[in-house]
Order: sequence, then structure tokens, then C-alpha cells
Amino acid sequence: MDGPRDPVFLERDVYRRKRLIDAIRVLPIAAALLMLVPAIMIGGASDANASTAWRGLYFFFLWSVLIMVAAFLVRRLGRDPADEDS
Amino acid sequence: MVTFNILIAVALGYVILLFIIAFWADQRAAKGKLGWLRSPLTYTLSLSVYCTAWTFYGAVGNAARSGLEYLTIYLGPTLVFLGWWWLLRKLVRVGRAERITSIADLISSRYGKSSALAVLVTLLVVVGTTPYIALQLQSVTLSFAVFANHADGAEPWTSGSLNTTAFWVAAGLALFTILFGTRNLDTNERHHGVIIAIAVEAIVKLLALIAVGVFVVWGVSGGVSDMMRMIEASPVSQWQPQPSRWVGMTFLSAAAVICLPRMFQVMVVEATDEKQLSVASWAFPLYLMAMSLFILPIAVAGLAVLPDGANADLFVLTLPLEMEQEGLAMLAFLGGFSSATSMVIVASIAIATMVSNHIVTPLWLARRSGGATVSGDVRSVVLLSRRLSIMGIIGLGYGYFRVTGGSTTLSAIGLVSFAGVAQILPALIGALFWRGGTRRGAIAGICVGFAVWSYTLFIPAIGWMPSSLMTQGPFGIEALRPQALIGVSGLDPLIHSIFWSISLNTSFFILVSLITFPSPIERLQAASFVNAFRDAETARGLGGGSAEAEDLLVMTQRLLGPSEAQVLFETEAKAQGKPGALPDPTPGFVSLLERELAGTVGAATAHAMVGQINGQASVSVQDLIAVADESAQILEYSSQLEAKSAELEQTARQLREANEKLTDLSVQKDAFLGQVSHELRTPMTSIRSFSEFLIDGDLTRADQAKYSKIIQEESVRLTRLLDDLLDLSVLESGQMELSLSTSNLSDLLDRAEAAASSSKLRGFNIIRDRAREDFEVTTDTDRLCQVFINLISNAQKYCNAAAPELTISVSARAEVIEIDFSDNGAGIPPGKENIIFEKFARATDQAAAGSAGLGLAISREILGRLGGQLDYVAQGQGASFRVSFPRESLAQAAE
Repeated sequence: MDGPRDPVFLERDVYRRKRLIDAIRVLPIAAALLMLVPAIMIGGASDANASTAWRGLYFFFLWSVLIMVAAFLVRRLGRDPADEDS
Repeated sequence: MVTFNILIAVALGYVILLFIIAFWADQRAAKGKLGWLRSPLTYTLSLSVYCTAWTFYGAVGNAARSGLEYLTIYLGPTLVFLGWWWLLRKLVRVGRAERITSIADLISSRYGKSSALAVLVTLLVVVGTTPYIALQLQSVTLSFAVFANHADGAEPWTSGSLNTTAFWVAAGLALFTILFGTRNLDTNERHHGVIIAIAVEAIVKLLALIAVGVFVVWGVSGGVSDMMRMIEASPVSQWQPQPSRWVGMTFLSAAAVICLPRMFQVMVVEATDEKQLSVASWAFPLYLMAMSLFILPIAVAGLAVLPDGANADLFVLTLPLEMEQEGLAMLAFLGGFSSATSMVIVASIAIATMVSNHIVTPLWLARRSGGATVSGDVRSVVLLSRRLSIMGIIGLGYGYFRVTGGSTTLSAIGLVSFAGVAQILPALIGALFWRGGTRRGAIAGICVGFAVWSYTLFIPAIGWMPSSLMTQGPFGIEALRPQALIGVSGLDPLIHSIFWSISLNTSFFILVSLITFPSPIERLQAASFVNAFRDAETARGLGGGSAEAEDLLVMTQRLLGPSEAQVLFETEAKAQGKPGALPDPTPGFVSLLERELAGTVGAATAHAMVGQINGQASVSVQDLIAVADESAQILEYSSQLEAKSAELEQTARQLREANEKLTDLSVQKDAFLGQVSHELRTPMTSIRSFSEFLIDGDLTRADQAKYSKIIQEESVRLTRLLDDLLDLSVLESGQMELSLSTSNLSDLLDRAEAAASSSKLRGFNIIRDRAREDFEVTTDTDRLCQVFINLISNAQKYCNAAAPELTISVSARAEVIEIDFSDNGAGIPPGKENIIFEKFARATDQAAAGSAGLGLAISREILGRLGGQLDYVAQGQGASFRVSFPRESLAQAAE
């Protein structure tokens, strides 16, 4: 939304909230990129780090981190997610 | 040893348990005790309907064949849920605001409530879901067969016993779904019983898979590091990710989790608030991760332990059985059973809703066009069509299972089905984010996507495509080969199909939308979908229960009045067992409130108002039209009421006046009767006494004559009184007829003077100016004369002057003649001027004057009839009466 309705300076709480929502928005994009890593690492079969077992571990580690970050963000967002997003 | 019969008994017992849980949850919901029935945990667990038997059994098989690729099926949904702020939040918001009942409903209502689009989407999901239901039946049947074949001495199952099992499973599922999916017709399409059963099944399948996984890692293998070595050594590790398949399948599963009708049902339709979604955004990925954690170890262990050629799709069952862990195998069986049943139940509810709402009911209504339909009528038809649709859909799945003979081609059908429903995605994304999307665009996109998907994936996958067509293309056109369109070969058939179907679908959607023009209703719906959050500036936060209740109270007070509203809320709070005056806004209470308010403001308005506060539902155009209608009706009605009440008030006032008059009249009548009796009694007493003397006899002749004279005089007086009374009653009742005649006023006065003087008692002087009396009048001369006689004899009777005299002075104007009769007596005592015209009134107590006191009353009545009047004029000394009457009385004056 443009125009004079959006003030330049916001209250600290509101500002923090907006950035929190930004983080929630960015999270899936980051997750998608990180999930592509094994697909990008094509042809690295000889590399020991690229073995199926280690790849699996990578995914479950990534998955756990994503879940924890998401849970943390949602909890921080707290009681009121019904904020304007446009 | 687990016999087949024990297995049946366990499965039946499990189903009965689910029945009880579902029934109990429905009962609770019916009582309004929702509590944790709508908690985020229940919501998250119900989302697990994503994990079907295909993922429960098939993921292990997938892992055994292509390593980590199975993860994509879980990573796609994880991305969608982590990105809930982008898409799901809006989807749930719109779904609740527009009261969406299915994905077909969403698409159709966004694109101008197009029924063509709804039918199209419904057909698409029916085609896409039928093989998937067949797949569930197959997996349950195969898992039964595993146990049956494992039992010692049992003969291997034939396809006949497989079919029988599949039939009974299908029949049982249909029964359960009909019982709990069509118990009631909720406008929100929420099914608490089913959701709780699904949540319980979610726990069972997760526990089963984890139990098998733990057994494999720590029982079969020697722990985590041992397992890692086993994986490294396994043929599974030969797998290398193909970037296109990896990306394509992640995209596909992400699209499927949004578009699958069963997911849409639990995610959007059954959602009650956004807090559920925000928790599910991390809890559902956690569930998926837990589900997929042990898939690879189970696959690796299965490949290592079980003989070559064993069906990898059944490792979850066969591995515990092989290791003689029958309790675990039983748990795994229940897990697979849960996965299959929950999918079939939710999918058939979702699709039955679409089929009955968008196909059966419209057809039925169209056939019955004309006749006014009762709402209860439609209700039973909708319920019946739901039930038939559920049976039809499960029947289709069973039929498909029979036709394809439970072949292995089914195992690939999961992804094919995903790709089919993913064709809805472009239209869905467009619905939520692009106001320019039009109905024609959506139809074009979905049709093209559907066609391409059928041609390149679906028909080849179910094996109905002739092989010549596959290799050479139709009519030998190689560019049209189903799996190598425009010669794009070398791609995996699945990815090839997704690429072409989705990209052509999207292109057609955008292009056709750009060149067509939307109808007004499409544009309105587009704005309300795309700007779902813009109107919600005042939207309430998560779980603001008390705030909602307070708002509801404020609104109710405004409409019902403070005391009534508070009583209503306090009663409900007491019923809910809550202290204070604010109850939870349970659906039961809200609908009660809506009904109460509907009595005041009309149903549509009440719904819109309560929805605004409680459900954050936006007001649709139809709602507004209904509200406007209602307001108009109410306005008209209230103005009618106002007119009526004014009319009533007037009538009441008239009645009150009439009543006062009647009361007065009654009082007058009583007084009159009393006076008449009194007046009659006096002469009657004389007559009686003197007649008694006469009867006694011993009287002198003179006495006899004297007494007879008295009797005669009294009789005359009595007769006169009665004459006067009759005269008066005739006058008062307006029945007097005027006999008009013309005569000279002077003559009339002469006549009156002569008549009055005939009964002259003493010397009486009458002064007249004859010159002024000499003109003609046209009136009822006899009556006028009567008035004159009356006035003259009154003067004679009551004038107490030493030398009484009466002055009669006439003054004639153009129309009206005034005659004053003034005597030189003491006149009427002050204060009595008003009563002298009353009946029987005498200013002085001179009863002996020989009159009943009716003369003035009669005179006044006569003059009234003649169009004139009689007044007492106080001027100087003496009594003065003024007679005024028109020179020419009109006949009408009498009436």
C-alpha cells in the first residue's frame, strides 16, 4: 500500500512485529533453496559427504532447524497474527 | 501365531473404537462443548490425512527403489506450511469468510459463482481421486493377504478372496463415512466426529511407523551408527538425485497438499480459526518429519533381511512378521489400515460434498423448476444425494480396483493423481492473488491442463494407451507422442507431463483471462478474494474469546435492550458453567444469538452482524441484497404500523369522548328521572288525597265541589307536565317537523300576549313598539308563538316588581330578528343564569307558579330547531331574554 497512510517511523513493537512477519515470509524461500542443495550437488557421488546416509542426515537436520525456527517465530508472533500483510 | 480371524477381530475392534470416538465427539460438539475438538493439535493431526497408505507402505517401497526421493513427497508440504503466511493463511481466511465448502466451491465462487467451473473441478477431482481410493483398498487388501499367507498351513490368497476383502472394506468405509459424514447438514460443513477419528488414526499410524522404525534401528541393526553403515552398504545408496525429478516432485507434492480435495477439506473447510493454522505451520512439518524419519532404515533393513523379490511396498508389515514380532506387525497393520481408511473417509466426504452441491442438487432443482420447494424438502434431498455420492465414489474406487485387477500399475498412481489435482493450482493461485483472472480463463486453463495430463500421464499410466501411439504418436505424428511432446524426450514421463500440463494450463489461464472481460459478479468476488485482508483492519486476534463475547454483548444490547441481553448472556454463561456474565461464543450460543437477533433485525442482517464479529466473515453481495430487502420490508412495515397506531389513537380518543358524553348523559338522565318523578308525585299526591276524601262520602256539597275542582286542576297540571315532557322529548330527539308559514310578527306577538293573558294572575303591563314589529317572517309560526307565550307567562309569574311590566323590543337586521323580553323585576339571581335553561330548573322556589320548569328548556330547543337561539341577557335591572331567529327559516334547519 502506498500513499501517506504508511508512516515512516513506527512504534518499536509494531516495527519488530513487521520484521517478524518478514522472517516468517523469508523462511520458506530459504527452506526451498536449502532443500535443492542435494539436487545441485549432482555428480558428487564419489564424494563421501554426498552419500545417501549423510544426505539423509542433512535433510533431517535441516528439517529440525526449520521446524524450530518456525515454531519460535510463530510463538513470538503470539496472540495476534491477523495483521495487515499488503 | 496371529491367525487371520484374530486379525479380523482386531481390525473390527479398532473400527468400533473409532465409531465410539466419533460418536462421542459428535455428541460433545452437539452440546457445544468444543474445547479441544478445535484445538491446534487436533487440527494438525487431522492434516495427517495427507499420509495415506500410499505413503505409509509406499514410501518404504519408494525408498527401496529410489533412495531419498521419497522425501520430496514430504518436503513439498513442509514448504507450503512453512510458507503459511503467503498462501494458506489467505486460503483459510477466504474459505471462512466466503463459507467455502470445497475446492470446487472456492474456484467457482471466485470466478463469479460459475457452475460450469464447479462441475469441471468436481469431474477433475473425481477422475484424479478414484484410482487413489482404489490404491487404498488395494493396500488394505494386500496387508490382509500378507497375514493370511503368513499363517502356517494357509493356502495363498486367490484374487477372489482379495476382491471379497476389498468389497467388505469398501462397504465398511462407506458405512462409516455416511454415518459420520452426513449426520447433519452444517452450513460450515464441519464434521467433528470424523475429524477426531482421523486425529486418532493419525496417532496410530505415526506410532506404528515409529515403532517399526525403532525396532529396525535398535532391533535388527545395532543402533544409529550401525544403521548408517548398513545404509551405505545397501543398494539404496546407488541412487543419485535427478535434479528435474527432485524439483518436479517437490513442486508436485506442494501443489497436491493445497489442491487435494481431502486436504482442502481438513485444512480450510474444517478450520475454525487462524491460530490452528499458525501452530500447524510448524507442527505439521514436525509430524511429516517423524513419519519419514525411519522410512529409509526400514527399506534398507527390508532389502537386507527379506528374500530378493519381496514386495518392498509391504516391508513395514513383512519385516516384523519375518522377525517373529507379531504384536508389532499387528500395530503396523493397524497403522496402514488407519492411513487407508482416513484417506477414503475424508476424500469421499469432500468429493461427495462437491458432487451433491454442484451436480446432483442443481440437477434435481432444475427438474423440479416451477414448484415452490420447501427448505426441508431440499435438505433431505441434499442428504440423500450426499449419501449416494459417498457410495458412488467408494464404489467407483472399488470398481477401478476390480477392473485393473489390483495390478502393480496402481503403485505409480499416487503421483499421477497428484499431478491431476495440481491442474487446479493455477486457477487457485490466480483466485487469491490476481484480480484479473476470469472465469473463461480458469475454464480454459483447467481444461487444457486436464487434457494434457490425461493424454501424457493418466491414460498411459492406467495402461489404456495403445503402445503404437506411445512410440509413434497419433497418426504417426512423432511430435505428439504422449511422453515426448514436440520431441522433448529424455525427461521422466511424470516430470514431462507436469511440465507441459502446468505450463500450458497457466499460459491459457493468463492469456484467456487477459483477452476476456469478467462479469460484474466476477469482479466483485475477485476483489473480495484478493483483498481478503484489506477489509480486516479491525479483525480480531487469535483466541480473543472474551473480546468476541464482549462485542457480541455490546451488539446484542444495542438490538435487544440492555437488560434482556444481559439476561441472555448470563443464562448462557451459567449453562456453560462459567463465572461472570460472559459466555464462550460457542457455535451453539452464536446460532442462538443469531436467532434472537433475527427476530429483531431479520435473518440476513443478523447473520451478517454476528458473522462480522464472530467469524470475521465478510458480507457478500447476496448478503447485502438480503439486508437491503429486509430493511425495506421493515421500513414499510413500521410505517404501516405507525399509521395504524395513529388511527388507533384517534379512535381511542373518540371512544373516550363518546364515553364521557355517555356518562354525562347517564347522570343527566338519572337526575331528569328523579326530577320527573318528583314533579309527577306532587300533583298525584293531591289527586289521591282529595279523591280519598270524596270516596269517604260525608262531605258537604261545597266541599265536594272544591275538592273536585282541586283534583281537576291538578290533573290539568299533570297533563300539561306530561305534554311538555312529550314535547321536549320530541324536540330533543330531532323528530319535530317544522310547518313553515309566513305571518306578520306583530300578529304573532298579539296572539302570544292574548294567550298568556288568558291565564293572567294579576295586573301586568306589556310595552311594545308596534311600528317596529310590522314585517313578515317565514317560520314555524305556532312554535315561535309558543316561545313567546312561554316568555310572557314566565315574566308574569316571576316578576316581583310592585308594578310589573314587560318590555318587548324588536330589532330586525337583514337576516336575523332579535326580540328582547325585559321585565322590571329582580331578575335572575347571579350565578343561576346557567341553570335556568335546564329542565325543571327554577331560579326561585316558586312551585306554586304552576309550571314544571320545562318552559325555557322547550323554548330553547324550539329556537334551536328554527335556526335561532334563546339567551339570557343581563342588562340593568330585571330579567331579560333575547330571542333571535332567522327571518326565513330553512327547512334544513330542522334537521
